[in-house]
Amino acid sequence: MAEISLKQVVKNYGRTPVVHGIDLEIADNEFVVLVGPSGCGKSTTLRMIAGLEDISDGEIRIRGRLVNDLPPRKRNISMVFQNYALYPHMSVRDNLGFGLKIAGQSKKVVAERVDEAAGILGLSELLDRLPAELSGGQRQRVAMGRAIVRHPDAFLFDEPLSNLDAKLRGQMRAEIKKLHQKVASTIVYVTHDQIEAMTLADRIVVMRDGHIDQVGTPMEVFNHPANTFVAAFIGSPPMNQLPATLDDGRLRLGDGTAIALPTRLRERVRAGQKLILGVRPDDISPEGHGLLEEGEHDTIDLEVDIAEPLGMESLIYSRLAGQEVLAKLYGPRLLSPGERLTCRVALTRAHLFDADTGRNLEAD
Amino acid sequence: MFRAIRTRQTTLAPLVLLLPAFTVMLFVVAMPLAFSFYTSLTPYRLTRPESIEIYIGARNYIRLWDNAAFWAAFWRTILFLAIALNVELLLGLGIALLINKLTWGQRTLRTIMMFPMMFSPILVGFQFKFIFNDNIGIVNNALQSLGLIDRAIPWLVDAQLAMFSIIVAEVWMSTSIFAILLLAGLLAMPRDPIEAARVDGCNSWQVFRHIPLPFLMPFIFIAMTIRSLDVARAYDIVHVMTGGGPAGRTELLWTLIARVGYNNARMGEANAMAYVSTLLSIAFTVFFFRKLMAARRYMGGAE
Ligand SMILES: Nc1ncnc2c1ncn2[C@@H]1O[C@H](COP(=O)(O)OP(=O)(O)OP(=O)(O)O)[C@@H](O)[C@H]1O
Ligand SMILES: [Mg+2]
Repeated sequence: MAEISLKQVVKNYGRTPVVHGIDLEIADNEFVVLVGPSGCGKSTTLRMIAGLEDISDGEIRIRGRLVNDLPPRKRNISMVFQNYALYPHMSVRDNLGFGLKIAGQSKKVVAERVDEAAGILGLSELLDRLPAELSGGQRQRVAMGRAIVRHPDAFLFDEPLSNLDAKLRGQMRAEIKKLHQKVASTIVYVTHDQIEAMTLADRIVVMRDGHIDQVGTPMEVFNHPANTFVAAFIGSPPMNQLPATLDDGRLRLGDGTAIALPTRLRERVRAGQKLILGVRPDDISPEGHGLLEEGEHDTIDLEVDIAEPLGMESLIYSRLAGQEVLAKLYGPRLLSPGERLTCRVALTRAHLFDADTGRNLEAD
Repeated sequence: MFRAIRTRQTTLAPLVLLLPAFTVMLFVVAMPLAFSFYTSLTPYRLTRPESIEIYIGARNYIRLWDNAAFWAAFWRTILFLAIALNVELLLGLGIALLINKLTWGQRTLRTIMMFPMMFSPILVGFQFKFIFNDNIGIVNNALQSLGLIDRAIPWLVDAQLAMFSIIVAEVWMSTSIFAILLLAGLLAMPRDPIEAARVDGCNSWQVFRHIPLPFLMPFIFIAMTIRSLDVARAYDIVHVMTGGGPAGRTELLWTLIARVGYNNARMGEANAMAYVSTLLSIAFTVFFFRKLMAARRYMGGAE
């Protein structure tokens, strides 16, 4: 398998830059997920690695070899497209074997590898059908099978699950994870679904407007978001972000509510700095109903607007300093709108961001 | 009782509604067809109307069997068809592929491409008759001015060259049909499978050979079906450019049939020839139509 390296890679369409010089090192056998909102340049980046788009500037190496000017066929990579891109006039068998046939493999090798891939993906019964005669999930598996039969250096996936319904998506997500364990391989996977990113990735690359905002393991990205954008993008429901200022060693919100400044952040803030306090809903809970009750905390009063029972927990919608705030209640208990709750805010897991740059004060 | 009326109404209504169509078909298609078939079984001559009443069975058809001029025209028509269709296909495909590459001015070019189809074949015939004229034609003039030849080439007089000239005119007029149908096919083609094939290891030729070409096959067969009917009844251009000459060397089926039927007034015999050549057309059409149906399967069409 192979490592992939991007150095200062730039893509311009005409005069419009869409990818602004990104750097990324992908290790051998690593599962890397590119995640970000629509139009941020994920597909473009992937297609540059595949060789389907020219690189305007910078370097891409696969297995140490500079591939800037190599056509896709010489890069030995496989790609799974968002709408599968199966060959409509070929049976499933021919779709799977096409790449091998083109590579000049003998009929016997082609048949063996096709059978092997069909076995892994549960396609053995469907080999003689045409793509038009398959369901969405089956087509998706054919597209994956077509990628794995070739034993490529790396796999590229461009939102392979976005056309499936929620249940199938969950199933296929597990399949892809299993596949990565079965067929050791380098995978670059594009999605705008943060749950897919969290569950699949060895490392997540969060992109925005053609830049990389943060690279890290799912837990790093979740626990230490580099800026407000990453904080809002990763995690569901998203992190509460409350504008605050430093006042007499405490954080003061717009409506005057005061919250203690987490001890570990004391050295990081400057007097008069405009800040954003970031707290996940899981870390604001009524007393006795929290996830993490030890450690440094402070309390605030919240009035319940709406409560959504989710079974093991309830999501509480409330307002604080003129904006919506989400909190969570663990351990079942009935809540009624208008009820006032004293909530604990877990300061050990709260973040402070600079309001002007959006950067996490703890990011280096 | 109420129900009985209803059922009678529902069985009768479709028939009543179809009646006008059937009537038209009967008078416009079926009766002339039957009549002309009957005349092909008589020694009918336009100059002797009473000859239409003499029934001679299949004698016209049997005589065709050893009519050398007829068979020469028959095979020449097939050759003409084969050459013209293949050249038109290749040129049309090339043009369609080039236009498909354009990102700018595609619409204008598409419109311009239709121009040859807007002229009457007769006018195209006259135009090419002039172009290939050995004394004043621009082809000879151009070749001579460039010093490529020193004597006029008898484009429309030499048998082989005359055939060639007619094919050029035919190709000029009709290549755009192929180009437009194939361009429609290319525009309808999804881009992703092409990219998938490139990643799967294909070079440009392999991509074309395995992805767009099979996708275009139905469009090619549609164009072939339409054009094989067209070319099989080619008359105007040949009539204008060479009149079937020199010495019958560019005679195609329909110029021969028209000559026998109208100039020699032997309508019975001409109709027998016409029936045989219609069978030829049908054979070509059925052939391409079969191919079309087979190719349409994977495009989600007829199963
Ligand atoms: N052929 C093109 N010409 C001009 N601009 C383009 C072209 N293709 C993409 N873009 C622009 O480049 C930007 C990045 O596109 P890209 O397809 O990489 O987004 P993405 O992150 O994959 O989004 P999505 O999640 O919607 O697929 C977008 O703003 C898009 O409008
Ligand atoms: Mg995309």
